[in-house]
Amino acid sequence: MADGERLLVQIVDLKKSYVVGDVTVHALRGLDLEIAKGTFLAVVGASGSGKSTFMNIVGLLDRPTSGRYLLEGEDVSGFDRDRRAQLRNRKIGFVFQSFNLLPRTSALENVELPMLYSPDAPAAAARHARAQALLDVVGLGPRTHHTPSQLSGGQQQRVAIARALVNDPEILLADEPTGNLDTRTSVEIMEVLQRLNRDQGLTIILITHEHDIAEYAHREVTFRDGRVVSDRKVESRRDAALERAALPEEAVT
Amino acid sequence: MKLRNVLRIAMVAIRRNAVRSALTMLGVIIGVASVIAMISLGSGARAAIDEQIQQQGTNVIYVSAGSFGRGPGVARGGAGSTSTLTLDDAQAIVREVLTVARMSPMARGRAQVVAANQNWNTSVEGGDEDYIVIRNWAVASGDDFTARDVAVAEKVALLGPTVARTLFPDSDPVGQIIRVKNLPFRVLGVLTSKGQNQWGQDQDDVIVAPYTTVQKKLLGITYLQQIVLSATSSDNVEPAAVDITKLMRQRHKIQDPADDDFTVRTVEEMASTRTQMADTMTMLLMSVASVSLLVGGIGIMNIMLVSVTERTREIGLRMAVGARTRDILRQFLAEAVSLSIVGGAIGVVLGLTVSRVLTSGLGWPTLITPSAIVVAFAFAGAVGVFFGFYPARKAAELDPIEALRYE
Repeated sequence: MADGERLLVQIVDLKKSYVVGDVTVHALRGLDLEIAKGTFLAVVGASGSGKSTFMNIVGLLDRPTSGRYLLEGEDVSGFDRDRRAQLRNRKIGFVFQSFNLLPRTSALENVELPMLYSPDAPAAAARHARAQALLDVVGLGPRTHHTPSQLSGGQQQRVAIARALVNDPEILLADEPTGNLDTRTSVEIMEVLQRLNRDQGLTIILITHEHDIAEYAHREVTFRDGRVVSDRKVESRRDAALERAALPEEAVT
Repeated sequence: MKLRNVLRIAMVAIRRNAVRSALTMLGVIIGVASVIAMISLGSGARAAIDEQIQQQGTNVIYVSAGSFGRGPGVARGGAGSTSTLTLDDAQAIVREVLTVARMSPMARGRAQVVAANQNWNTSVEGGDEDYIVIRNWAVASGDDFTARDVAVAEKVALLGPTVARTLFPDSDPVGQIIRVKNLPFRVLGVLTSKGQNQWGQDQDDVIVAPYTTVQKKLLGITYLQQIVLSATSSDNVEPAAVDITKLMRQRHKIQDPADDDFTVRTVEEMASTRTQMADTMTMLLMSVASVSLLVGGIGIMNIMLVSVTERTREIGLRMAVGARTRDILRQFLAEAVSLSIVGGAIGVVLGLTVSRVLTSGLGWPTLITPSAIVVAFAFAGAVGVFFGFYPARKAAELDPIEALRYE
């Protein structure tokens, strides 16, 4: 990691264990990781490697059993439920494999949702304008009043990305964002993420079990049995924009 | 989250499941409607009794011969069956009890009344010249009889409107002659109408004549059956009744109240029994209606629990994007309360309609008071909070990670 880069996330000896029935499961067994602002980080690992637990803790959905998690220098590992909720609202944007959009609710309203929970929620008109602007950024086009069932998977994921960005977060946490999408759509979604990272300096943590998806990132961290086993710079980084241009013409999704 | 947004989200969720919401509300609608209808029936019955007291005169006290009580080992007849009540008693009461304003001796019976070819059996009430004033009556046409008519037991009569209509369907009865038990009476006047009493009895089906005439010419007695008195004000009714009882015991040399050969009753006392009955009935009906409101509340809780389970992923997502425990709690509570309040509002309208139908269709007296509406509405809201709280807390305490993963 180069000197002078601002550290966004600092994780020191992070441990997490659960009790399932009579068995104690050690999901994380002493994790150390530092993430600089503006990084596009890919976390890879087989299922059971602890990457989901890692995401839940970095995303402030869960608390570690021990160890420290510093977000922008502040130790947030001891924060209670409601403080974590407020911090999530301001600093974390989630993108899920299954999109998790509210059914029977327009794309615009889905994007507005996090704004409703911020302490200084803007007025309706300002919310609409902000949501519309973000839907333009992710390239949804004119379908802002469609409900999720009227949108394709790629379009739904674009809406989810817009929703994650609406409160101007520090970190975008993408959990298998292309897991439910075909190859072409996956490339399109990765193109959006790469553009956000490059143009807006957005820090992205991408959780995936596919090695080739991880190659869209700057840095690839591999988890195994709750520990980091490899942490390397991605050498031949893939460029989604170029790949998409090279793909044969298809009906626009 | 701002209250406006909470309510908006709640309304959106309710509209999204319109049929289910409507069916859930139905329980509250029926509950509130029946509470309103029952309260209005109870208030109506009470108002009818009150009106009757007004008609009879609120200050009126009756002293009747005989007692409802029983002496030890001695069977006694009911009121009116003994001959110990006299005109002297009546005059002593007026003289000595200062809270008594007016007095009239009374004698009554039933008699066959004939005029030309019309024939009618009616009640004949005898009093003195103050009688109709005490009873809160008035002469609609013609004149009341005079003290002289009473003194000489003149055969004169005042007709209730029903009797007047029956005997003289086409002509003015004033000045005409009617035959009561075959004796000729001159009609002096016609009384104003009092209509039916609460039990549907026609209070206009009556003839009023001097009590002396009724005593001597119709009944053949010299004692009094009853004395009717009016107190100087409605506050003085109770003290007057107490003083009259004391005086009567003294005059009749009675030591033990069980030996009373007279009964003192006030109109209010007579009405209070009926008021109590009406109140008991209202309470009974109200509790049945409340049970249906309770069942409606349980319906809301049931649907809210289903809704929380169905929307587990939605709850998880809302938490992920920053909803705090209290935001989720408020959202689901707002939904439950909206269901119960909208149901309550429809229930109020339905309840008002039902009580109107009860009055117009069945002729039952009903009275809608604003307080009944407020109480029913507030009760519905409370039901929403009470039964909405458990599902809402269940939603708010979900673990966001598990909720997001829920299938």
